[in-house]
Amino acid sequence: MTTEKSENKERIGVYVCHCGSNIAGIVDVQDVAEWAGRDLAERGVVVSRDYKFMCSSLGQELIEKDIQEEGLTRVVVAACSPHLHEATFRTACSRAGLNPYLCELVSIREQVSWVHTDKEAATEKSKAVLSGGVERVIHHEPLEPLHVPIHPATLVVGGGISGIQAALEIADAGFPVYMVEREPSIGGHMAQFDKTFPTLDCSACILTPKMVSVGNHPNINLFTWSEVEKVDGYVGNFTVTIRKKARYIKTELCTGCGICQEKCPKKLIDDVYEAGLGYRKAVYTPFPQAVPKYPVIDRENCTFFQKGTCKVCQKFCPTDAIDFEQEDELITVQVGNIILATGFDLFDPRKVSQYGYGRLANVFSSLEFERLTNAAGPTNGNIVLRDGVTTPRAVGIIHCVGSRDRNFNNYCSVICCMQSLKFAHLVHERTGATVYNFYIDMRTAYKEYDEFYQRILEEGTLFVRGKVAEVTGAARSPGEEGRLIIQVEDTLAGKQRRIPVDMVILSAALQPRYDAKEVAHKFGISCSANGWYIEKHPKLDPVATMTEGIFIAGCVQGPKDIPTSVSQGAAAAARILGRIQQKEIALEPVRASVDQDKCSGCRICNSMCPFNAIIFHEDRMVTEVNPALCQGCGTCIAACPAGAISGTGFSDQQILAQIEGLLMVNFEHARVAELG
Amino acid sequence: MTENFEPVIIGFTCNWCSYRAADLAGTARIKYPPNVRLIRMMCSGRLDPSFVMKAFSEGADGVLITGCHPGECHYLEQNYKALRRFLLMRRTLAQFGIEPGRVKLVWASAAEGVRLANEISKIVEEVRALGPLNWPKWKDNGVHKIALHELEEV
Ligand SMILES: Cc1cc2nc3c(=O)[nH]c(=O)nc-3n(C[C@H](O)[C@H](O)[C@H](O)COP(=O)(O)OP(=O)(O)OC[C@H]3O[C@@H](n4cnc5c(N)ncnc54)[C@H](O)[C@@H]3O)c2cc1C
Ligand code: SF4
Ligand code: SF4
Ligand code: FES
Repeated sequence: MTTEKSENKERIGVYVCHCGSNIAGIVDVQDVAEWAGRDLAERGVVVSRDYKFMCSSLGQELIEKDIQEEGLTRVVVAACSPHLHEATFRTACSRAGLNPYLCELVSIREQVSWVHTDKEAATEKSKAVLSGGVERVIHHEPLEPLHVPIHPATLVVGGGISGIQAALEIADAGFPVYMVEREPSIGGHMAQFDKTFPTLDCSACILTPKMVSVGNHPNINLFTWSEVEKVDGYVGNFTVTIRKKARYIKTELCTGCGICQEKCPKKLIDDVYEAGLGYRKAVYTPFPQAVPKYPVIDRENCTFFQKGTCKVCQKFCPTDAIDFEQEDELITVQVGNIILATGFDLFDPRKVSQYGYGRLANVFSSLEFERLTNAAGPTNGNIVLRDGVTTPRAVGIIHCVGSRDRNFNNYCSVICCMQSLKFAHLVHERTGATVYNFYIDMRTAYKEYDEFYQRILEEGTLFVRGKVAEVTGAARSPGEEGRLIIQVEDTLAGKQRRIPVDMVILSAALQPRYDAKEVAHKFGISCSANGWYIEKHPKLDPVATMTEGIFIAGCVQGPKDIPTSVSQGAAAAARILGRIQQKEIALEPVRASVDQDKCSGCRICNSMCPFNAIIFHEDRMVTEVNPALCQGCGTCIAACPAGAISGTGFSDQQILAQIEGLLMVNFEHARVAELG
Repeated sequence: MTENFEPVIIGFTCNWCSYRAADLAGTARIKYPPNVRLIRMMCSGRLDPSFVMKAFSEGADGVLITGCHPGECHYLEQNYKALRRFLLMRRTLAQFGIEPGRVKLVWASAAEGVRLANEISKIVEEVRALGPLNWPKWKDNGVHKIALHELEEV
């Protein structure tokens, strides 16, 4: 090994970053740099420096200057994670005329100074990690990024406000969009609301025009009552299979007159749009402003499909648009990029059993209340008890139901405080009832939000700070008879209180879609343990994901309000438009290739590739890798018994050398030698 | 000797999940012992068993292989291949006299910084309990090299 090694002729520059005190506070960076300059000189290290902030422009200039003046042929930076600054240092090298792939960034911050406390051990580990990088970089090869063309069409999954915004931005810029929405209409949660905080503008008034634009836009191809079945391919060129579920309506004939829904004898509770508070028919459009206007027949509940007779809708349809013979269609489209904007589900407040939802009639969920206040809702906007007539005299609104609670979700659902204040206002305005808001902390941090809170305070809503212990119907005094009693510790007064009300509203948490993980897997992106989709960088890259070409927007990434959802939709669109304009994208040139002279034709690798990148030439009995399809996972490389496959960026030599470096095979003080 | 024994563990981490989990453990300042040194690979499927042999033969006392959870591999299903190879390799290693406890396969998603840190702490303790691996003794008589070579041929 050692003889083989001393043949190295590279001129390597080593740069150890202090990262202020982030690294230097634990790692003796000066010692590491001096050590590398001295002990790794034999390995080709000709320059070794430590510097306060390597990523600053001065730090980068240091590297550039050395490349030019010292004739460096390789660069190793010991700093933060490559996921953060690999690109920064590569670009610096390239500016100085060194191929960017001849640079290696090793992490002594995320993997050393931030996770270890013993200074000596951290310094020693940093040396090992650096030595690994030096050994590895010797085997780097100059590479060119791969350029893949970007198909100009975009797929937007989810037609809530974030998806709508994204689709319109792209379509308005002149590029085609396919929008896939699972429900019969687009609109998402926003379509269920009456008013939106903090301005209290009417939700439908601001949403409907956008929905109509999506429906009419010449560049948007809208698939509702549809789902993405399969996604193949990669950034620039995805092949997406969409399942367009049978609507049993000939949309070319349907005028959206609504007679079918009127006549349909099958009435059932609408759990989606009406949040269980209202009814719909088996043939339905979820709400009058639905886009598209065509209804769907819900097969599971249609009397004809279940019992074989009925067809009332067909008899009454004036244009003969009902078609019971329709079948699901599979449609394949090509797109260059994808935006996932599938939103959130509401936490089921039944799980907090002490609040009585589902057991006590007049305990409502937040979405139910939205429907109750909606002028187009089941009560025409009248805030009444479950009996449908009685106006409440006192209403209790409980914040944080299922949020900030170890038993359910640790996180804050962001919008619930504001949404609870909105409810307080609406109850106040429409019923004159006494309103109590039960909160843990009041979180109203955004433009005009705290002002809204002040306004609600002035309107006379009573605020009780404390987590509600129980909502019960068991009266202890005549005054409590027939009412709901909220048992709470008022932490400001330092007292237990029992507050009788007539209606309780539970501001339930926002949680990931029930099928979020499944959908994430379909698109090859990661989600956090609870199911929110993970952005590429929490601060600096909030709408991209780790998977090239897949973007996220809105509540799919975490709870948020409408303005933020819209901003993310627009941001994702802007990112994609930039790429479409560029017409191509540069990708990491990490790919496998087969040395056909070494290939024995055993075909062991042939079954390894999930992307069908491996082709076997029967005539010559050799294997080849198609670089356009190869994604560079390296599985075939590891499988080939002849060592015929090599991988750029992660070659056997690079990895084996890094192992030697990490184990400091060269050094006297290595434990290996002690044992020997 | 075992009393002050600080094992050296080489970790092979997949770029998409566990390497990000390591980043996250860092960002969240979760502490774990400094005995582990990570190598980034694009996928757990890249793991050639000879890398593990190499690590042991050059002085590692343990090897930690990490990848995405089953069903979550960035390259769809390559972690299943890694799992198959891992199981085979563990048997081969036993034939070389290497205790199965010295190699571990762990799934850790990008969000599981805490889990990764815990798994690192665990393997460090387990390998510490096993004591140093005696492979390096063979280092200079070339035996391991033949072994390695043979394994590559298989
Ligand atoms: C009770 C309540 C009141 C609120 N009030 C306000 C307010 O006043 N002001 C405010 O700013 N914010 C408010 N919010 C927050 C607001 O609802 C969200 O910010 C907004 O709806 C997020 O939009 P979205 O497009 O990300 O998700 P959603 O509105 O959830 O839309 C997602 C869409 O994707 C579709 N979909 C889901 N999965 C799939 C799939 N696999 N395939 C295809 N389509 C799919 C869904 O059917 C839906 O149409 C409130 C929230 C709640 C719960
Ligand atoms: S495994 Fe290697 S030798 Fe066998 S066919 Fe594939 S490239 Fe050729
Ligand atoms: S490295 Fe091999 S297995 Fe992986 S994508 Fe490329 S050709 Fe397929
Ligand atoms: S990408 Fe992580 S195991 Fe395959």
